[in-house]
Amino acid sequence: MPAIEILGLEKTYSVGFWRKRPKRALYPLQLTVEDGEVFGFLGPNGAGKTTTLKLLMGLVFPTGGSARILGHDWTDPAVKAQIGFLPEQPYFYDYLTAHELLEYYGQLSGVPAKDRKKRVDQVLQQVGLCDVQGVQLRKFSKGMLQRVGIGQAILHDPKLVFFDEPMSGLDPIGRREVRDLMAQLKHEGKTVFFSTHILSDAEALCDRVAIVHKGELRGVGAIEELTSTVQGKVEVLWQGSQVPAAIKALGAECHVSGDRVRAIINENQQDAAIDILRRERLRLIAITPVRTSLEAYFVEKLRRAETTAGSTV
Amino acid sequence: MRTRIAYIASNTFREAVRDRVLYNLIAFALLLSGAAILVGQISIEIEKLVVINLGLTAVSLFGVVIAIFIGIGLVSKEIEKRTLYTVLSRPVRRWEFIVGKFFGLAGTLVVNTFFMAIGVFAALFYVSHKFVRADTLILIALYFIVLEFLIICALALLFSSFSSPLLSAVFAFSLFVIGSFAEDLRNFASMAHGLSRWLATGAAYLVPNFSAFNVISSIAHEQPVAGQLVLQNTLYAVFYAVMALSGAILIFEYRDLK
Amino acid sequence: MKHRRKITVLAGACLVLSLAASSLVLHRVDQLQPQGPSDEVLLLSSPKVIERASLGYTGLMACIYWTRAVQYFGIRHHNFASSYNSLAPLLEITTYLDPHLMVAYEFGSSFLAPAPPHGAGQPESAIKLMEFGIQKNPDNWRLYYDLGFVYYMDVGDYKKAAEIFERGSHVPNAHPLLKIMAAQLAQHAGEYQTARMLWTATLQTTQDNQIKQNAIDHLRALRVDEDVQHLQEAVTRFGKRTGRLPASMSELATAEHMPGIPVDPDRHPYKLTPQGRVEISSPDDFPFVTRGLPPGYKPKAALPALPNP
Repeated sequence: MPAIEILGLEKTYSVGFWRKRPKRALYPLQLTVEDGEVFGFLGPNGAGKTTTLKLLMGLVFPTGGSARILGHDWTDPAVKAQIGFLPEQPYFYDYLTAHELLEYYGQLSGVPAKDRKKRVDQVLQQVGLCDVQGVQLRKFSKGMLQRVGIGQAILHDPKLVFFDEPMSGLDPIGRREVRDLMAQLKHEGKTVFFSTHILSDAEALCDRVAIVHKGELRGVGAIEELTSTVQGKVEVLWQGSQVPAAIKALGAECHVSGDRVRAIINENQQDAAIDILRRERLRLIAITPVRTSLEAYFVEKLRRAETTAGSTV
Repeated sequence: MRTRIAYIASNTFREAVRDRVLYNLIAFALLLSGAAILVGQISIEIEKLVVINLGLTAVSLFGVVIAIFIGIGLVSKEIEKRTLYTVLSRPVRRWEFIVGKFFGLAGTLVVNTFFMAIGVFAALFYVSHKFVRADTLILIALYFIVLEFLIICALALLFSSFSSPLLSAVFAFSLFVIGSFAEDLRNFASMAHGLSRWLATGAAYLVPNFSAFNVISSIAHEQPVAGQLVLQNTLYAVFYAVMALSGAILIFEYRDLK
Repeated sequence: MKHRRKITVLAGACLVLSLAASSLVLHRVDQLQPQGPSDEVLLLSSPKVIERASLGYTGLMACIYWTRAVQYFGIRHHNFASSYNSLAPLLEITTYLDPHLMVAYEFGSSFLAPAPPHGAGQPESAIKLMEFGIQKNPDNWRLYYDLGFVYYMDVGDYKKAAEIFERGSHVPNAHPLLKIMAAQLAQHAGEYQTARMLWTATLQTTQDNQIKQNAIDHLRALRVDEDVQHLQEAVTRFGKRTGRLPASMSELATAEHMPGIPVDPDRHPYKLTPQGRVEISSPDDFPFVTRGLPPGYKPKAALPALPNP
């Protein structure tokens, strides 16, 4: 059973006071997330990622479509007991301490009283906030708040967690910690659905990703599949400081550093390049495939979307 | 379901207390003590009258101000600060959230009133040096004041569910003022004709009618309060609060939390 | 840091100086108005409007207006004011806001009817106030007393006063004095004894200091009037017997077999002038006295500095 099935959820806002103009936040979205996978929901700012999450959480009501979460209708309140949510740049009741907040959320999630205390302590340990559990949240730094946020999302041991931009605003150490935590969640068999615009994080964690742009889905699939559709490049390394004109004619980017020249050419130009170097009697050192990053795929997809004017409804 | 409402209510109470709302009791105590000490020098015969009038009026006014100031932010603050997102992602129904907030605020006011009541009785003892049976009437006046609070809390919550704090404050205070001469509005409605009669009647029944709740002056003169009135006021307050809360629940149920 | 210190000194000095200056100005303003609340104090004079404005807290508002009424009268009375135009409106507002505030009616009955500087000189306002009170508190005997009092003392309509006391005596739990007064007035209206009974009753049944003092002053005046009348009669008798005026008070006292030189309530001896008039030694101590005043005596009046409203 898929963890999440998004069946055509769409959202149009009416903007403006007198003359209501419709604003499309999300076009009908079809998406499935399998049980136990870490799914990345990527896109630039304003792409519709947060809208999608809010629709799934029931914070915002769709203009059309529906969804199923863990086999139930997404509006079913019983489902909420099995999911966790970390919103973007979360803010919590600042007059509570971390311990009190988790305790309160545990109560609201229906964690039985006898398990609650143990679970709260466990989670505080897990997110590394044991030392400051008695400090009021108003004194917490951004990174600490993020950790509280993750804590409240996993407190009731949900099967499925939703994170909206979990790394935003964190320093490298914080980001590493969050990444480790998410990996651990996957290890525990939970499904993780998170949105981000930082591709390197997605690359490191995700089994599959989806890319949205301006409210529309642009691509979905495992990372290797996606990147393989974009033409690969190779790096050719030879000795010397000479750049033959023929190589340049291939449209290669060449860098000379000391005794070596490095040129990046398309994969299919590989053989032509080798011939040119042999003809020029230049000594080939290495040919290395350049791993196409998700970024390239991303940028490519978006650029293509920009050039195709008009929207697909 | 009940427990979730209870948890939300107690958290709302905790928020109010940590927001130092109970410090208003200090101002109240100072006011009442000052008055009790001064009043004896101005007019001996009506010491008790002044203490009861001033004390109960202060309980009422302080409470109304607190009810409005906290009430208007109950929902809108949570939306603005987005603390609501993580609450609603849990198995908490939207209507439970509203009801819980209501009981939390009402509970805060009841506790506050309780402490103030002690202050009033203390001041009374200071000027009269004894208690008489008629002083129990003060408890009835306090009960009516608490009923008024329930209505105002419900209204503040209603406004908070769709409006910004500033506007909500304006609406709530306006309704409080209009509510104190709702009786005139009804009289006016009965004398008007045509469309204005319909509008005035509608308005007269829609605004909270506070005139029957203020028995401060009569109990200060030790006049008894009819049991009928106690029942009537209780029912009106309950029905009116339910009406306002239902409105709040309806609005909140359909609101997009952008 | 140096810049900061300069600002601290400047701002601090400004704060202290402006506080001192504003206090000084306020003090001067107060000094220009020594008589206390003027009649301009009533910006809102409609009882209905004030009732609306009190948002249901009429009890407290009534207490506030009562306090203002008492202070208004007290301060002006202290300065022998020649008018109290705002007293009636203040009392009217007070009783409209709280119709059961008995002391306000008492105050009105004592001080609205008498002529200035002892009262507002508006007996009609007093009567109107009492009747309003009776309408709102039909079971309160004291209001009948207050109304009858005004008719007797200030209007001089003894018959009407007796009628009202009679009506009041039928109220449940009425003080027995009402019946007594009704009978007294029927037979002995205009006599010292009657007036003395009334003032004594007022003195004993009120708790307001100003009303008490007023009653005491009247009782003292009655004593003096009565004494002077009797002494004057004694002088006439002496004249008839001896054909001449007594040479001194002591001669008169001896001839009349009085225990000693007659003294006024302050223990100052009454004077006997060469013309045979009995006079009191210090008339200023006895407001309300009608006999024994030296010829050409003018009672203390308002100081010329006070503006007339």
